[in-house]
Amino acid sequence: MSDSTCQACRPSSIGKKVVMAITGLVLAGFVLGHMSGNLLMFKGPAAIDAYAAWLHANPALVWTARLVLLVSTAAHIWAGVTLTLENRAARDGGPSVEATRRASLGSRTMPYTGLVLLAFIVFHLLHYTFQAAALGGRKFDSVYAMVVAGFTSVPVSAFYIVSMLLLCLHLGHGFSSLFQTLGLRNERWRNRLDRLALAYAWIVALGFVSIPLAVLTGCLK
Amino acid sequence: MAADTPERTLRLKLRVWRQRAGRPGAFEEHELPAVPVSASFLEMMDMLNEQLVRQGREAFAFDHDCREGICGMCSMTINGMPHGPIPGVTTCQLHMRNFRDGETITVEPWRARAFPVLKDLVVDRSGFDRVIQAGGFITVRTGSAPEANNTPVPKAVSDEAMDAAECIGCGACVASCKNGSAMLFVGAKVTHLSILPQGQPERERRALAMVKAMDEAGFGNCTNYGECQAHCPKSITLDVIARLNREYVRARVKEFFSTTGKPRKGGD
Repeated sequence: MSDSTCQACRPSSIGKKVVMAITGLVLAGFVLGHMSGNLLMFKGPAAIDAYAAWLHANPALVWTARLVLLVSTAAHIWAGVTLTLENRAARDGGPSVEATRRASLGSRTMPYTGLVLLAFIVFHLLHYTFQAAALGGRKFDSVYAMVVAGFTSVPVSAFYIVSMLLLCLHLGHGFSSLFQTLGLRNERWRNRLDRLALAYAWIVALGFVSIPLAVLTGCLK
Repeated sequence: MAADTPERTLRLKLRVWRQRAGRPGAFEEHELPAVPVSASFLEMMDMLNEQLVRQGREAFAFDHDCREGICGMCSMTINGMPHGPIPGVTTCQLHMRNFRDGETITVEPWRARAFPVLKDLVVDRSGFDRVIQAGGFITVRTGSAPEANNTPVPKAVSDEAMDAAECIGCGACVASCKNGSAMLFVGAKVTHLSILPQGQPERERRALAMVKAMDEAGFGNCTNYGECQAHCPKSITLDVIARLNREYVRARVKEFFSTTGKPRKGGD
């Protein structure tokens, strides 16, 4: 049927939103898992290095996760860019006086926080996963030593902390918004889900931020 | 108020949008020396137009009809807010007592690509009509009216449908949305028709067709700002958007796995 082929190549507005929501859920789940793993830093070098060794001993698990994350990130960016451009065009400049009654700061800054997070992800992968230029090309055997060395740099830590606070803002809107997009929300649940999203966002962000702060203050060395 | 007490009036500065279809528009500045506080916003606009006509100048075109808040015709963005500063009212039900003496009021049309300006404050809202044509109907047997009690409707369902049916199709949701999205309008229509027993035969087709018509009309995508709910003169809630999302996904899944029927002679 020509109609359905056409629909497949031009996904509907809600179709793109569902892609946004499901990939967002995958990525939100990942950051919570990643943050929990990072907290092993506080249990000492042996704990985090053992965790890293366990991950490396399970390449099937790691590569499946990486593949899912890569596809989710790509789809999330594609949907976000497409929706943002379409929405800009549909607004047609908007009224000469901008009045906002309810839209949260997080909701209004999603494209910007998203772009900073993309830049952060690229830097973060080069920094720790590929251990590239930022660490002067040094290779570390111990994850613990690598993280401490990395966060000893104030600019690196500052960028990391700012990015995680922006992640908090991004998740604060995104994590509650995805329920609405998947149709799992009503006025009774809206406030509860908004609070849940806020709690989730702060737990993830503070968990991540605690590590560079601990390194900078000398609690981890 | 005693009959002989003069009514409080306001001196107002107005910045009103002037435009001809297809050409760029601009704000015109006018002053009204004495607007009674009991006047509605549209009556204030009538006063402005009468003043312009007396001066031999062209009146501003604006949409209006019932002037009692139920027809959905009036459509002005007042100081950046569709239907003005008071939540839950239409422009015609907005009274001048909500403004200050000496205030400058900016009046402009709905701003969205899907609502092109026809003249001054009048925009073309036929995008909404195309959404309604696509699925805003139910199948009924014409002829003699059926017995009303043949189709029982639970009270809760009837209430929810009625809440959604309050939508007057004015377009304030689109005008207030930072994405120019019509999801609140389409959500209200899909909710209203899809939860009633009378709307079941077209349930899936309606959700798919109305969303398609909405996308084709050039409306934006919902990103859950919530501005539409905050500006809707009928206080329709985001519940209807969640339901629209649910109805749409359900319809797509049902369509995807629909039975293909018996093979016909001569292949497909």
